[in-house]
Amino acid sequence: MTALLSRNADNLFWLARYVERVENMARILDVTESFSRDTHNRGRGSNWMSVVQINADEEAFTALHPVADGPRVVDFYMLDASNSTSIPASLQAARENARTLRALISVELWQQINMFNAWVGNLRHEDVALPKLSRLCQQIREACQAHTGIVEGTFFRDQAWYFYSMGRVLERADQTTRLLDIKYHTLLPRVEDVGSALDVSQWNALLRAAAGYHGFRRISAGKVTPEAVVGFLLFNDSHPRSVSLCIRQLEWYVTQVRTRYGLKGCSAALEALDELRAMFDEVTAAEVLERGLHEFVDCVQQQLVRITSELTASYMSVGQPAA
Amino acid sequence: MSQPNTIPPTTGLLSGYDPGNFFCELTSTRPQGDGAADQKALVERLHGLDLTHLRQRAQEAENELHNLGITFTVYTERNAIDRILPFDVIPRVLTPGEWQNLEEGVVQRVAAINLFLEDIYHNQKILKDGVVPTDLVLGNINYRDFMVGMDVPCGTYAHICGIDVVRDEQGTFCVLEDNARTPSGVSYVIENRNLMLRAFPDLTELTRLRPVDNYGMMLRSAMQEIAPPVDDPQVVLLSPGIYNSAYFEHVFLAREMGVPLVEASDLVVDNERVYMRTTAGLAAVHSIYRRIDDAFLDPQVFRKDSLIGVPGLMQAYRKGNVALANAVGTGVADDKAVYAYMPRIIKYYLDQDPILPNVETHICREADALQYTLDNLDQLVVKPVGESGGYGLLVGPKSTKEEIDAFRLQLRANPSNYISQPMVSLSVAPTLTDRGIAPRHVDLRPFAITGKKTWVLPGGLSRVALREGSIVVNSSQGGGSKDTWVIEA
Repeated sequence: MTALLSRNADNLFWLARYVERVENMARILDVTESFSRDTHNRGRGSNWMSVVQINADEEAFTALHPVADGPRVVDFYMLDASNSTSIPASLQAARENARTLRALISVELWQQINMFNAWVGNLRHEDVALPKLSRLCQQIREACQAHTGIVEGTFFRDQAWYFYSMGRVLERADQTTRLLDIKYHTLLPRVEDVGSALDVSQWNALLRAAAGYHGFRRISAGKVTPEAVVGFLLFNDSHPRSVSLCIRQLEWYVTQVRTRYGLKGCSAALEALDELRAMFDEVTAAEVLERGLHEFVDCVQQQLVRITSELTASYMSVGQPAA
Repeated sequence: MSQPNTIPPTTGLLSGYDPGNFFCELTSTRPQGDGAADQKALVERLHGLDLTHLRQRAQEAENELHNLGITFTVYTERNAIDRILPFDVIPRVLTPGEWQNLEEGVVQRVAAINLFLEDIYHNQKILKDGVVPTDLVLGNINYRDFMVGMDVPCGTYAHICGIDVVRDEQGTFCVLEDNARTPSGVSYVIENRNLMLRAFPDLTELTRLRPVDNYGMMLRSAMQEIAPPVDDPQVVLLSPGIYNSAYFEHVFLAREMGVPLVEASDLVVDNERVYMRTTAGLAAVHSIYRRIDDAFLDPQVFRKDSLIGVPGLMQAYRKGNVALANAVGTGVADDKAVYAYMPRIIKYYLDQDPILPNVETHICREADALQYTLDNLDQLVVKPVGESGGYGLLVGPKSTKEEIDAFRLQLRANPSNYISQPMVSLSVAPTLTDRGIAPRHVDLRPFAITGKKTWVLPGGLSRVALREGSIVVNSSQGGGSKDTWVIEA
């Protein structure tokens, strides 16, 4: 059995998280752009601002830009590498982690992310103009999917792969909760819109951003209600980006490294995971909405942070040289 | 439309190529029966290539180096730039006879270097016998008192050695410099070959080449041979991290050896044993291929102000609980001043004449040599000892009178800091340039691995000075590299 350096476990975990962030960001920008093009939506100007809110970037963004219109928000997330939540910043971080891991990952995996990063890092203002944005987001998404595919096809299935996988599902769960939190509030139905074509198209856009549109169609027989969409994104056990599925996968990966590789410790992370799963077992979407979606999602996010710090403390902490 | 194979075209890639008085690594005549047929076939095949097409393939090869991240990092004040080592697509060829001579010469030299290091850290016979000046060794900044009296496994100090050789007008190989600390560049040897095999299958298929892809396994075996006696010793490669300019090579070698790539912060010493921090807790480490300098290994022993390093590592090393390659204190052996004595060192320990001669060297600490150097500055190359990277040297024949006069003052002020050599008319090899195929000067760095015995990687790193007329091949000074082919006997 080969050992895995704690530092490398941390690199793997974050490599996966950063790539997942890039994909998610591209999805959000794409959907927001197509949503804003819809003539029905004129006048509902908070649209682009919600992208900023999802990333909790209100302060940083408003310090740089007077208004949150399409071009400014797109620049902030597509070109501004000094913004730590931007696509180029996340990709650079992913690439730095991959660079540290080069001895552990396949040449293809490294080469793809190295080229991906160089391409995105060279994008200019004219490349991200709104009319080109959808196509660009699609290319970025495809590059992330190429990464995921190379991982699937070439990654040696030792502990390293489990730490990578933990990062991926943990970030996915986190991103879905953010998307839901913000979008739900910006899309909260106005009385006159309920059941209208507009209302439905907005919820569909949210499902598309979470790559869940077709899956949702298949199980919900066309009934698009806030409750059904929230239920799908939080609780569905087949949707690859549902929070509940991600949590189950995370639990499985953590259990596997303990049983297969004999890693000790980390009972605190497992406890947190237990609590989180219990939260999901005990409530329905209707109850979540009734008690307050934001409060529920906030609680989930806190548990995810706690799990990350417990996993880090047990397996991934990088030692400091003794004084 | 296909055309029948006819006689080689009268005009071709090499038509305008003229190496002048220099020895040419591709076109100069080799003795009959020593790979001459392979050489001829390769020249003909190259001659038949189209320049535009060659440029296109060269561009593709360079793009591939970028994409694969086969790069070294250059730091400017503002940012870090990943540069590739420019790759020239026309290979440099060594015949079986040439290689045999080089290999034997390198093995001999490495043996002498190890015996010398063993001696100067134990009985110091060579100093007592007056063969090498005592102060040159004991006063050397790379001499480590820590190593005195300590035995190292297999008596090997310089486990990885790079011996820089050049070739004069007659085609004679001479040693220019020894690298016995942490020589770099071997990753390019192997990646250059991979690149050639992919980009020029029509050339590589022509002749049987000695393979280079088992370097990692040979290195790992040597690291295990020198490890303390445990079952399945754990080998690691210790790197300063991603900000080191040679980080790619560290990654490459760790991967080729199949061992963890660790940084100092991953290692911890407890009870005189070395461990690495893993997901499963501390795991024992037995053998370290370190790519960091002596000074940064252990802040308890060397640089006390150093924030990097592994506290206690030297104590574990002294106890024999961990092996280090290269050993601590090998820098004395590759000092440019000690280099001058290498022929005598070989004779002293092995009672043999050097198979590979030194370039004629004047040691400026000696009065006669200093006078000779001062009288002939415009003819000589003067090098500071203890420097590397091609900095701070004077190339007399290529310098202005003002530069020579300025250097004269420096030399007078501190003569023992310098050696001088005649300017060797380095051999050339045909190289793709902006103005077609032209001769450019090359050197060669063969790599030797020594555990119990010495093994030499067939060929080595051929560096090429890409600027016309330049003889400085260092990557930091506009050098590139070529694939080095050793024809199978």
